Amino acid sequence: MPAPIRLRELIRTIRTARTQAEEREMIQKECAAIRSSFREEDNTYRCRNVAKLLYMHMLGYPAHFGQLECLKLIASQKFTDKRIGYLGAMLLLDERQDVHLLMTNCIKNDLNHSTQYVQGLSLCTLGCMGSSEMCRDLAGEVEKLLKTSNSYLRKKAALCAVHVIRKVPELMEMFLPATKNLLSEKNHGVLHTSVVLLTEMCERSPDMLSHFRKLVPQLVRILKNLIMSGYSPEHDVSGISDPFLQVRILRLLRILGKGDDDSSEAMNDILAQVATNTETSKNVGNAILYETVLTIMDIKSESGLRVLAINILGRFLLNNDKNIRYVALTSLLKTVQTDHNAVQRHRSTIVDCLKDLDVSIKRRAMELSFALVNGNNIRGMMKELLYFLDSCDPDFKADCASGIFLAAEKYAPSKRWHIDTVMRVLTTAGSYVRDDSVPNLIQLITNSVEMHAYTVQRLYKALLDDISQQPLVQVASWCIGEYGDLLVSGQCEEEEPIQVSEDEVLDVLEGLLVSNLSTPVTRAYSLTAIMKLSTRFSSVNRIKKVVSIYGSSIDVELQQRAVEYNALFKKYDHMRPALLERMPIMEKTATNGPTDIAQTNGETDSTILDTKHLPSITQPASQANDLLDLLGGNDVVPVIQTTVPTKPASAGGELLDLLGDLSLTGIPPMTAYNKNGLKIEFTFERSNPSPNIAVITIHATNSTEADMTEFVFQAAVPKTFQLQLLSPSSNVVPALNQGSVTQVIRVLNPQKQQLRMRIKLTYTHKGSPVQDLAEVNNFPPQSWQ
Amino acid sequence: MQFMLLFSRQGKLRLQKWYVPLSDKEKKKITRELVQTVLARKPKMCSFLEWRDLKIVYKRYASLYFCCAIEDQDNELITLEIIHRYVELLDKYFGSVCELDIIFNFEKAYFILDEFLLGGEAQETSKKNVLKAIEQADLLQENNNTSCSMGLLLS
Repeated sequence: MPAPIRLRELIRTIRTARTQAEEREMIQKECAAIRSSFREEDNTYRCRNVAKLLYMHMLGYPAHFGQLECLKLIASQKFTDKRIGYLGAMLLLDERQDVHLLMTNCIKNDLNHSTQYVQGLSLCTLGCMGSSEMCRDLAGEVEKLLKTSNSYLRKKAALCAVHVIRKVPELMEMFLPATKNLLSEKNHGVLHTSVVLLTEMCERSPDMLSHFRKLVPQLVRILKNLIMSGYSPEHDVSGISDPFLQVRILRLLRILGKGDDDSSEAMNDILAQVATNTETSKNVGNAILYETVLTIMDIKSESGLRVLAINILGRFLLNNDKNIRYVALTSLLKTVQTDHNAVQRHRSTIVDCLKDLDVSIKRRAMELSFALVNGNNIRGMMKELLYFLDSCDPDFKADCASGIFLAAEKYAPSKRWHIDTVMRVLTTAGSYVRDDSVPNLIQLITNSVEMHAYTVQRLYKALLDDISQQPLVQVASWCIGEYGDLLVSGQCEEEEPIQVSEDEVLDVLEGLLVSNLSTPVTRAYSLTAIMKLSTRFSSVNRIKKVVSIYGSSIDVELQQRAVEYNALFKKYDHMRPALLERMPIMEKTATNGPTDIAQTNGETDSTILDTKHLPSITQPASQANDLLDLLGGNDVVPVIQTTVPTKPASAGGELLDLLGDLSLTGIPPMTAYNKNGLKIEFTFERSNPSPNIAVITIHATNSTEADMTEFVFQAAVPKTFQLQLLSPSSNVVPALNQGSVTQVIRVLNPQKQQLRMRIKLTYTHKGSPVQDLAEVNNFPPQSWQ
Repeated sequence: MQFMLLFSRQGKLRLQKWYVPLSDKEKKKITRELVQTVLARKPKMCSFLEWRDLKIVYKRYASLYFCCAIEDQDNELITLEIIHRYVELLDKYFGSVCELDIIFNFEKAYFILDEFLLGGEAQETSKKNVLKAIEQADLLQENNNTSCSMGLLLS
């Protein structure tokens, strides 16, 4: 058989292939030749063949049939064979392979070989990809080599030990004695790898950490020598002596100094020295400064040093090199919580980074900007952030919009500003706004009573411009439904009122219904809005017509609504005004408090939704209950379910939600009191941002023949709890279970103790006052656990 | 460091060093996706990106991209220096290195890398020492070969 072709020859040949198919053919041919050569157990050319196989493997072709050949090469006496064999092992024989462990014996022998380069090969292989079993078997050999005086081997053994520890953490102890005088080495290679080993041990074990704390002075001394010593050509990088070692030492110091006053003090001086003396013109100096800053921020450093660190980061922000700017922003993000004021000083630079071309820098600048927003800078910051929102990539818009809403909610200087800001976001990034912002915004608008006219006018104008952004359209149609009367009467005080007629408004809303751009949810919103206008506008006939048309809509949701509204017109017209009354101010749940906006971005959840309906909306509720009863037996499908098809539909369909089951959590309701015809039921809910708060709604009903008037419910709880009683829906409990009085109680139970309550009821019944006290002990465990 | 990849501007892999155990399939997938991501970057962008849960540091030298995946606690800027040091070593060894050198002598590129890094960490911070070790090993290889009659078997 002719000699197999040389490696370089093969590479040259394969590179001449013009198509993938041609290459594949060449490879297949060569593989066949190699396979037969392997079968012949040819020792001479095995090395060459495996090398060729490794090349083909890199091109993406299978090479598993060479695995055993690698083992044979490793076992050979020739250095060339071993070199290729070990390379092949590292590429083809990782720990997932069955034959991996067969290497163990060879490696063991080679660890004790007479030639240090062979020992080096085996240490390298073991340290790169040895499996846990292999590490267990050979840890002893590695430990021996860690104590050798040969620095070439010692440094490799140290990193090999790191790998062993990573794979088999229990073996860490056995390397402890060998670490004794690692740091007294002069050889930088050994020093560097030793520091890596020490770092690994300290990160994994608090005991090791305390044990090695005594090395701090020695580390400080080594670092000092590196900085102070003159030019050393062997380790110099752009005028800095062994930056790799400096960075590793700084990292180890960080771990040793964290949380420990003495160690932190011992390293204060050297950190200050490095921070002030390191040359910053090249990347290498900045790499050291970066590590220094990270260390200063993590240990218990004095405030002067911390300010120095933040200032270094500030200078980084102004650096031309975008890598440096990126690193600065990342670090500032980490420190903004603890050193807020110091970071604030660099706010304008950070805001400038919003205009950077690099995506990663922009993202970090945005996150940092949100973290820096406060009551003082809100106006200026918001201008910048809104400008950013206009021009940023679509990937950012959702996060940015959420961040803006949160910041606006926390720090809005005025209601008008808040609404303007919200409007701006809706009009510029309306389609990227998160779904749950719609109900939040609606709540905000509802609660800003004096701004209703202004808001509805601006939203109307926005609708005229653009109906493609669904969240904007939904909020707008909801508002027009609620405040359409203000719109046509031109009551706006904040800006020039516009002239718009009822028909024009209805045109717009009907336009939404028919437009292809509107989603089903949006259509539902606009239908309900049109319906609400029937009590605010005079063109009732037109509205009746629209509503009846949609009674046969294909969209089930629309059809259902239209049918119900139709029913309202026809049979229950007397109830219509009450049902379609203006929404009252909604109670706001505790919003998420955390300052880390990045976190809350994902969390703007629908807690606001939960309790929105619990606060009492009595007359409509009680009459709606009647509606429920009356509709029950008809051919019209009873509507009242909480199955709100999409999340924001609750705002438009809240009429329907009112009638739904009020216990929104899995906690079962309970009867707290039932005497003399007065029955009080508790329903529960967890307040999402703070699970220690249980929100209880009482429902008081009266089964006697006479109303209970001047009804007052009071409650008291044991000292470990805190109670907040909100205002009741009314103080008349109608007779014969015709309605209920609801009231919300919020109980703070930080110690998660069993909930107990004492209640006091006073009311007037049939002319005489009644008073009663009762204990409530039968709370279900889920309400307080 | 979790892995280092060298690839050309056309996306062809020239060297792959993995310091974490992954299946061949996973390695191929990661390589493909990462190469795509890095090649899509514009020249003005910074050398760092977040990819999956890793930090990626990359730098282009002539027609080759040097790409490393490092862990959260690792220093990005010093990784750039590590990449640069490796390029310097290759340059010194091959004498003004170019992509073709690495294509035709890939095994040597690996040998040099394995004298510089071990288990993903730098084992030797002196350029001179790394090159000396390689030189000695090469000599050993030659002596091995001249002692047997077949001559240079590899090249």
